[in-house]
Amino acid sequence: MTTEYVREDADPPLDYPPYRSTALRHPKEPLVYLPHTVTEITGPQLGPARVRGELDSDLTRQHEGEPIGERMTVTGRVLDTEGRPLRGTLVEIWQANSAGRYRHRSDRWPAPLDPNFSGAGRAVTDDDGRYSFTTIKPGPYPWGNHHNAWRPAHIHFSLMGQAFAQRLVTQMYFPGDPLFPFDPIFNSVRDPKARERMIAAFTMDGTQPNWATGYEFDICLRGPEATPFEEAH
Amino acid sequence: MSFHTTPSQTVGPFLSIGLPWPEGEFAVPPDSPGAIRIAMTVSDGAGEPVPDAMIETWQADPEPSETSGFRGFARSGFEAGDGNYEVVTLKPGAVPMPDGRMQAPHVDVSVFARGMLNRCVTRIYFADEDEANASDPVLASVPADRRETLLAQPTDDGYRFDIRLQGPGETVFFAI
Repeated sequence: MTTEYVREDADPPLDYPPYRSTALRHPKEPLVYLPHTVTEITGPQLGPARVRGELDSDLTRQHEGEPIGERMTVTGRVLDTEGRPLRGTLVEIWQANSAGRYRHRSDRWPAPLDPNFSGAGRAVTDDDGRYSFTTIKPGPYPWGNHHNAWRPAHIHFSLMGQAFAQRLVTQMYFPGDPLFPFDPIFNSVRDPKARERMIAAFTMDGTQPNWATGYEFDICLRGPEATPFEEAH
Repeated sequence: MSFHTTPSQTVGPFLSIGLPWPEGEFAVPPDSPGAIRIAMTVSDGAGEPVPDAMIETWQADPEPSETSGFRGFARSGFEAGDGNYEVVTLKPGAVPMPDGRMQAPHVDVSVFARGMLNRCVTRIYFADEDEANASDPVLASVPADRRETLLAQPTDDGYRFDIRLQGPGETVFFAI
């Protein structure tokens, strides 16, 4: 049984002034080291109970009509740092519509809502750790962080993993987005290589003729800390 | 290690589209024997309520013999809108450290919100478990004058636990 998960530090700092809302929402006291005990190396097995059917993973068929926008598939594998697939784990996504508008009462950006798009999906990984969604490509949208601030198009991803220590919420971005240099949330991840791990890859293999463009997005959660014996290999 | 982790990003302001669900805050049905309500608040560095957070809890079963069907997990944040959150669960049993020493009953907590680029992790301990708390190795690693921020206080139907993200009485958060 795993005794400790790796504590790789690719994550952004909680205090990141360019993203203004962090100012009053980050702890100022130092974090206290938490050993990975049985509470941290176990986690809820939510998958099957939270996914009711295939419509949960097809965001283009949740209403009477079809949403407007570029139909696309997003598929990928959920792995750990040892490259092992995480099977049967819950993947939850939410996103703006193709005009960059969220179906949420607090979103005041006056781009049109799409009556045929809710923007939420759920899937459970298969035996290879693979998930798949069909959706439409979200649009970029402005926000109030600074003058002329725009978020690059993104899809929010929530991963339960198999242990409390593996829990991850992230955002998937699209290759070549011209807004990358200007977005403080994307750039809060300080290591450029780590930022690349949040960008999906367009694939012709995943693109289906006369149907949908295809994107591949693998997600890597923390795996067990290697023992000295394993490191010797 | 052959792969590197995908970095965390904020849940943003619109998490309620995708994450909470109406029964999410019930780790057990509220009429279950032994069910307790843990009422929580989240406030920011100005002392203002944080209305757009989401709280997840994960914990051990009450006793090894009662494990059947207990989800152990709750998620609160379904359009609460006022900085108040609650979960209904069972009081956890004591579980060991990796070295075999016993831990006091506790609940692991993740706090997510707009303005938080990663979750903040804390633990709920129970103020009426003096004896177990006194020998808990994790609590012992927390500066003594801050331990109280991890203690849920008894109420009529459960406990109350206030989470202060920053400032006076700042809750102890853990590096996990």
